[in-house]
Amino acid sequence: MPNSENTNLKKTGLYKDNIQTRRRIAALFQYFCALVTWTGVFLLALLLYQVSVDGIQWLDMQFLSSFPSRFPYKAGIKSALVGTFWLITLIAIISIPVGVATALYLHEFSRKGRIHKLIQLNISNLAGVPSIVYGIIGLTIFVRGLALERSLISGALTMSLLILPVIIIASREAIQAVPMSTRHAAFALGATRWQTAWAHVLPTAFPGILTGVILALSRAIGETAPLIMIGALTYVAFLPEGPMDSFTALPIQIFNWVSRPQEEFHELAAGAIIVLLAVLLIMNATAIYIRHKTEQKLK
Amino acid sequence: MNPQTTPEASDSENPISIPENSVLDLQKVSISYSGNPAVNGVSFPIAEHKITSIIGPSGCGKSTLLRSLNRMNDFVDGVTLDGQILYMGQDLYGNDIDPVALRRRIGMVFQKPNPFPKSIYKNVAWGPSINGYIGSMDELVEQSLVQAALWEEVKDRLHESALGLSGGQQQRLCIARALAMSPDILLMDEPCSALDPISTAHIEDLLFELKSNYTIVIVTHNMQQASRASDYTAFLELGNLIEFGTTRQIFTVPQQKRTEEYVTGRFG
Ligand SMILES: Nc1ncnc2c1ncn2[C@@H]1O[C@H](COP(=O)(O)OP(=O)(O)OP(=O)(O)O)[C@@H](O)[C@H]1O
Ligand SMILES: [Mg+2]
Repeated sequence: MPNSENTNLKKTGLYKDNIQTRRRIAALFQYFCALVTWTGVFLLALLLYQVSVDGIQWLDMQFLSSFPSRFPYKAGIKSALVGTFWLITLIAIISIPVGVATALYLHEFSRKGRIHKLIQLNISNLAGVPSIVYGIIGLTIFVRGLALERSLISGALTMSLLILPVIIIASREAIQAVPMSTRHAAFALGATRWQTAWAHVLPTAFPGILTGVILALSRAIGETAPLIMIGALTYVAFLPEGPMDSFTALPIQIFNWVSRPQEEFHELAAGAIIVLLAVLLIMNATAIYIRHKTEQKLK
Repeated sequence: MNPQTTPEASDSENPISIPENSVLDLQKVSISYSGNPAVNGVSFPIAEHKITSIIGPSGCGKSTLLRSLNRMNDFVDGVTLDGQILYMGQDLYGNDIDPVALRRRIGMVFQKPNPFPKSIYKNVAWGPSINGYIGSMDELVEQSLVQAALWEEVKDRLHESALGLSGGQQQRLCIARALAMSPDILLMDEPCSALDPISTAHIEDLLFELKSNYTIVIVTHNMQQASRASDYTAFLELGNLIEFGTTRQIFTVPQQKRTEEYVTGRFG
């Protein structure tokens, strides 16, 4: 049966019989994509392996629960780890509401005029501004201007600025993906824009927003340059107790250790990198879990 | 009602066979999208507790006109409306009309079923709950689903997702959702276009039952449906009202040649 169909197809004289060529191009492209993907995976694996080999021996409770020290075997990441947790929490508290609300406003409430377009464009541009620039802004506005000093809150505000564009863009995409017909259904029942947004747009967009937020926070967790710029300390032998305290964070600690000459400190840095990666993985896993749960509910 | 007819129905200021009580009165309504006219000077009344169907070829402005009746066009950028639509004597586009409150009184069922991605129960209950309904929600949900001829099929799965229903069931759910608000007027934009003949028949039966309590305006491409189900019919073409009258009149003794050609399927 398929054979006779095939011959039938070949007979239609107005078409070139190019199915073989098209197949070959498709296959070629597929191999190319696979190659590129696996190269990336391989390099990443290599990196992880190298870091693990260097750092794993230093990973123990003592490493997690000690302050930094001049002596490698006494040194730990306690203050950096706690600082990172503080920082991430503050960044999340600041950037998620602001980012999601901005996206919601831009898509659901504002008039779609020229100013709207301009703002959209600029947000996309802001996402590409080097992080050091945000560091300078943070130093000028928060550290000096608002006299917040080299505190956690300065760091968190600066980082929030840095990741806001990413959160806004991701949230906007997710909000845009909510079908118009859902909104119309709500409006036709006499719902206000806010009721519609809150009850239907946000819940439907939630998985997408969450993905964006986690990506953004992951970026924030690893950023070093802006923190150095605003003057996070590199040697901290105490734990921050509030947002106004000075602090250090994992990437700063890593940066600090890597820049020392002794080999042991390089290995300590590798250990800290493993911890940083673990924190990232846990965050991502949690996000994937929550997203899965909510998507299940929407089905 | 035994309407007498005049030959130039579309031109007359007062279309013949005016329904006794009109809840909505379209007066020279013109609608354009960023300057492109879609509806030109259309006037006809919509009778209380009757079914009015709007028919006409694709793109003639049926949906546009229907959406203007509960101000859903407000959500489309660049839409302008001239003329007047009177809702129980009040200008629908007047400053003292709150569109949100208006849509609560004039419900709408869309061409494509658009249930919320939530449970069947929540789909029906959401409208009443945001509008401050204080009666028994369970009863209201049941009653609405019964009215929409869906209750028997879903009563055991009220808390499952509405997206798991078939297309026809989803559309009846959307009708139930609209009915739960007990609107004065129900606007339906080709509610059966995505449905099989059996679901369509279900919905037509439903229309008959709803008629005693609701005023219904239905856009349809289905001539049988218009002739079977509706009391009045408006025929649009290229944004112009060609003819308005009782359905019997439009389908048996149309005054305009275009109307005759269209309803008998000889439209070109
Ligand atoms: N959102 C819009 N923006 C611009 N033009 C529109 C919009 N919606 C409709 N139109 C135009 O207005 C005219 C009338 O469209 P409308 O959707 O009212 O037609 P219709 O009679 O409902 O057609 P159909 O039977 O295919 O649904 C068409 O020319 C259409 O292209
Ligand atoms: Mg239409």
